[in-house]
Amino acid sequence: MARAVSNQRKAINTAVAWIIALLIFFPILWTILTSFKTEAEAIADPPSFLFFNWTLDNYTTVQARSDYFGHFWNSVVISVGSTILGLIIAIPSAWAMAFVPGKQTKNVLMWMLSTKMLPPVGVLVPIYLIFRDVGLLDTRFGLVIVLMLINLPIIIWMLYSYFREIPGEILEAARMDGAGLRSEILYVLTPMAVPGIASTLLLNIILAWNEAFWTLTLTAANSAPLTAFIASYSSPEGLFYAKLSAASTMAIAPILIMGWFSQKQLVRGLTFGAVK
Amino acid sequence: MSLKRVLGATTALTLCSAAAFAQDTTITIATVNNGDMIRMQGYTDQFTEETGIGVEWVTLEENVLRQRVTQDIATGGGQFDVMTIGTYEVPIWANQEWLAPLDDLPEDYNVDDLLPAVREALSVDGTLYAAPFYGESAMIMYRTDLAEEAGIDMPDSPTWSEVMSAAEAMTDKENDIYGICLRGKPGWGENMAFLTAMANSYGARWFDMDWKAQFDSEDWTATLNDYLTMMNEYGPPGASSNGFNENLSLFQQGRCGMWIDATVAAGFVTDPDESTVADSVGFAQFPNKEGVDNHGNWLWAWSLAVPASSDDTDAAKQFVAWATSQEYTQLVAEDEGWRAAPPGTRTSLYENEEYQEAAPFAEMTLESMNAVDTQAPSVQEIPYTGAQFVAIPEFQGIGTAVGQQFSAALAGQVDAETALSNAQTSTQREIDRAGYGEN
Repeated sequence: MARAVSNQRKAINTAVAWIIALLIFFPILWTILTSFKTEAEAIADPPSFLFFNWTLDNYTTVQARSDYFGHFWNSVVISVGSTILGLIIAIPSAWAMAFVPGKQTKNVLMWMLSTKMLPPVGVLVPIYLIFRDVGLLDTRFGLVIVLMLINLPIIIWMLYSYFREIPGEILEAARMDGAGLRSEILYVLTPMAVPGIASTLLLNIILAWNEAFWTLTLTAANSAPLTAFIASYSSPEGLFYAKLSAASTMAIAPILIMGWFSQKQLVRGLTFGAVK
Repeated sequence: MSLKRVLGATTALTLCSAAAFAQDTTITIATVNNGDMIRMQGYTDQFTEETGIGVEWVTLEENVLRQRVTQDIATGGGQFDVMTIGTYEVPIWANQEWLAPLDDLPEDYNVDDLLPAVREALSVDGTLYAAPFYGESAMIMYRTDLAEEAGIDMPDSPTWSEVMSAAEAMTDKENDIYGICLRGKPGWGENMAFLTAMANSYGARWFDMDWKAQFDSEDWTATLNDYLTMMNEYGPPGASSNGFNENLSLFQQGRCGMWIDATVAAGFVTDPDESTVADSVGFAQFPNKEGVDNHGNWLWAWSLAVPASSDDTDAAKQFVAWATSQEYTQLVAEDEGWRAAPPGTRTSLYENEEYQEAAPFAEMTLESMNAVDTQAPSVQEIPYTGAQFVAIPEFQGIGTAVGQQFSAALAGQVDAETALSNAQTSTQREIDRAGYGEN
């Protein structure tokens, strides 16, 4: 009897989980479906869910009109580049804050987080002027720097909380065995924190991939990533929802697939230390 | 022999460097994602072939584009050689000396062929600062079949009361047919474009000669009350979030009896591939209030301008001249038919019989555009120029704040009186802060 109840509960839980997941996924699903419709079907009322004339026209049009791979490559360089650069800076600083905290460590951490509280548009003009003067406008390198700076507080905070979970005694033992600072971070700390570092890496690649303020305002023709590719299909005068959906699908597909394959890592990383 | 060789090598080198130089010139163009603009991108190879100038495109959504190019031109960023801007920006930017004057266009460009209203809107003190790529005014698009059913004979130039009674007669809410669809989504270029034009046609004005806001006037009260009555009684549900695209979709699905909006919509609603009502659309002039000689004065022209900060002004001007020339129109027409020609910029297009035949909306578009006077958009005395906007830099902020009030009134969150008084207060505050009317 008890078993039956628990099975029933399990079924209900599963059903609820599925419903919530579908609700969250529905906008993306709808975008994907719309991308296979004609423009007339895309705005049809009532809308058709699955029974319409499936077409690949939107994809061919989008492909013919824009340089998808150029934008895609920019997205990859910018998101991966900014995340790796961020990790290189963040791992030593998170180490310092977690294992040799000073009096001001807490304040420094809060101060770093406070930079995320300012709306980015507040520093748009100074950054634009600096970029103009040093010739970084519309360059991938410039965007790597900006996105790295924007995500750095998050990277440091995430790594800091992972590192705090690692017993300091292990590092001490390594030091006793004669490990220098470099070997301690590289051969002891980093391997132990791999799940944490991996999830930080993945999350920040996703954040950088989807960043749509700086990537639109600091780019023109050369370094525009997929966010600019999507923005070029949104129109105030004219209904191009099917093409816009095709462009969006193409832009989110790589990151969606990456997220799908690494979901275990992501979930593990995000809940790391949550049950203590 | 050796001299020959030297000569040969020199010639070859010169040729190579000339060719390299020709290919080295590449201009970057910022533009919006509108049908005509996308079409133009398809023809740029021809331009490159003719001139050796390479072209790179940055296509963005209108609001993003506006922010992007404003920021670049205001800081002298020099990222773009050609910018797609509208009739709102041109006079403001030209006064800031941000734009290169287009006073040296080639003779065969035939600048006198540009529609007078458009040319004037893009000029400051008689100098042209941007070349129009396509232009629009506003007009009524209505369903001839519904009008016939309801026994209405729509005049070519109806008054607002005629429009209101037509809307009442065509409304059939049980079958989801609404007599009139109008913009309600807040924004200076959204509902306020329509409401400013409607106010113009009611004899209202934004400011008096001392820059005092006029929302406390009877004309504005009448404008807003009539708008709300029409929309609440004959309009579609949820209209406070409808902009151009939402209304276009409703009209194409056969849900609207009338739609008053930009003339460029005519091309979409009469396109049988997209519209379910393509063969039963009629056109009439933007309405006016009885006794007020003003049909809204709605004018917009997406235009190509060369920022003064461009490194390649000459190549950029060459492109602007090419893309807005009569030859370009001819090129598009030969390739895709006259219907695809960019409308609303040149008199010669409207004199062309083939175009008149292909575009049933041509005559009304031309009539609407010719009726516009951007120097005097209101029948009353005003200290500003403009059309469905006031051509001052502060208008984007002011217009959007007022638009939010009026959209809230449409959604029933505030009454018309409160919306008008809030609009009055916020507008006056901003205009005083900006220092207008002090001298």
